[in-house]
Amino acid sequence: MIQEFKKIWKQYAITMLWLLGILWPLLGIHPDGTLSFRQTFTVWSYILAGTFICFIFYIINKSDNFKLLTEPIANTSQKLNNSLQSMPSWIWKSALLFGAVIYPIATGRYATDVAINVLLYVSLGLGLYVVVGLAGMLDLGHIAFYGVGAYTYAILNVKYGMGFWVCFPFAGLSACIAGCIVGYPTLKMRGDYLAIVTLGFGEIVRIILNNWMSLTNGPNGILGVKSIGILRPVMENGFTFEMFWVTKLELFYYFALGLAILTIIAVTRLGSSRIGRAWESIREDETAAELMGVNTFYYKLLAYAMGAIFAGFAGALFAARMRFVSPESFTFLESVMLLCMVVLGGMNSIPGIILGVIALIALPEVFRGLESYRMLVFGSTMVIMMLFRPSGLIAAKRKKMMETKQPEERG
Amino acid sequence: MAHLELKNITVRFGGLYALSELSFSINTGEVLGLIGPNGAGKTTIFNVLTGVYKATEGDVLFEGESILGRKPHEIFAKGVARTFQNIRLFSKMTALENTMVARHCRSNIGVVGSILRTKAQIEEETFIKQKALDALEFMGVVKFADTVASNLPYGYQRRLEIARALASEPKVLLLDEPAAGMNPSESAELMKDIEKISKSGIDVLLVEHDMKVVMGVCSRIVCVDHGIKIAEGTPQEIQKNPQVIEAYLGQPANQ
Repeated sequence: MIQEFKKIWKQYAITMLWLLGILWPLLGIHPDGTLSFRQTFTVWSYILAGTFICFIFYIINKSDNFKLLTEPIANTSQKLNNSLQSMPSWIWKSALLFGAVIYPIATGRYATDVAINVLLYVSLGLGLYVVVGLAGMLDLGHIAFYGVGAYTYAILNVKYGMGFWVCFPFAGLSACIAGCIVGYPTLKMRGDYLAIVTLGFGEIVRIILNNWMSLTNGPNGILGVKSIGILRPVMENGFTFEMFWVTKLELFYYFALGLAILTIIAVTRLGSSRIGRAWESIREDETAAELMGVNTFYYKLLAYAMGAIFAGFAGALFAARMRFVSPESFTFLESVMLLCMVVLGGMNSIPGIILGVIALIALPEVFRGLESYRMLVFGSTMVIMMLFRPSGLIAAKRKKMMETKQPEERG
Repeated sequence: MAHLELKNITVRFGGLYALSELSFSINTGEVLGLIGPNGAGKTTIFNVLTGVYKATEGDVLFEGESILGRKPHEIFAKGVARTFQNIRLFSKMTALENTMVARHCRSNIGVVGSILRTKAQIEEETFIKQKALDALEFMGVVKFADTVASNLPYGYQRRLEIARALASEPKVLLLDEPAAGMNPSESAELMKDIEKISKSGIDVLLVEHDMKVVMGVCSRIVCVDHGIKIAEGTPQEIQKNPQVIEAYLGQPANQ
């Protein structure tokens, strides 16, 4: 331990002095020309204390004394993991579902509102997962499909008075067509080029929404979009049906939950089917996939179409909830955030993506107490995440298809 | 009858002739060797046969039907499967999944069926898995079924490639240097496997630099150099052919 300390204490000391050297001009020189030292030293001593603790931990870790502490933890987590795996999946699935169902009752309005956002982004994120995670095409404009879905519902509803349930498939369909429009010319592109084209497409959609005054009402957006209407049986004066508008946030939550669950089921099943395998083979090696009998042209287009459909459905629900759509909701930043959710969560695992969505929507809310430092903390959390878990929160696990135990790998 | 036939194939890249006026055929029930020095155009022939390149002139016939200009995946579905000179497995997928991809063209459940997980879809998946396992078993890779392809030992990666091609139940199998990087005992194993494949009723076109393998398993050999066929015949004939010797070793010094 002392050896380890001897090795690096000089480095540590120099770093801290250097930090002091750059900290002082930043904090000690005031705009009016006066100089001060107190603030610099307070901040510096805090940093010194913090890093010193890290330094001690580092040395303990280096000299292997840490194992005494970490081994029991690792053992228990391993045991916990094993017992979780031996549990039939329906137990934790139904527990999760139960939690999701009672969530709006147990929490308040604000939390429900955040949760609806999370659920909509789960649908969006899983749509993007099909394009990026499965088929391996980098899509920087996915939010455009969300916008197309939202605007389809808003326009059909406000201008033509069509109800939500009639418009819902149309929202998916128009997003699907938009997906094919962007997919078709980009089929021969790979990697960076594709990313740029999709980025351009996202911007084109936003600019169209912003400028087509007669149809989209431009930057003012479309007001007065109706919420979801359901027919409710009424017993007064005979048995009739009555239109009932879903205006309560809690009720809306269940619609979003329903869509998210349906998306999860659909994407999981697609992913493990022959179509999912075809997508994955395209991601791994497009030429080899084509030579192994996969119609890469069709399946790449299909990936875009499927991703867009889920985004379109989520968009329609979004428009129905906000009862207002404007181009501002579908900016490039949203696309980037969506991509971050997918990458952060673990590009190739569905639970990972759900966790990524929760993290990226909930974290900024949690950090709200930090006020203007919120985004700074959020950003650094992301950087640290990617440094320590580059494959995402939950890394992809290949499904074991054989009952037999896997043989030991040979070198 | 010729199973797969090249007729006067010319492939030109700009002014460069990769293949010129090349004709040969793979007959039913044979293992045809294709040899030639580096850059002779062997892999180009593979790419023409599988539809990666379109021949500038000439025609490719499969069971009497022209497959020139068809998409690679269509040709694969017709029954011409290949392996690659540099291993091109789907490296993050398991061995079983790799093999299952090759069954793609032999199955047809679409998006709706997959999402609803219909009875037909479940049955088809079981069938795909069974066929894929059969192919893995055939090549002796079944013990690695759940291993991610990139974690497989090198020799098994080569075998997995062949298993993947076989899973589609092809009529003709094109092997592009399957023995590359193998040690003598591994290539002896490979020779047995090629014979086994041939016996199961699949015609084989073998490109290989390891002459021991080529001479050991091929019933007929075609030798190409600079995109031109310079010799064709049994292994014994090829070994004695002066043009082949010249292509590999150069002209005798006393001439």
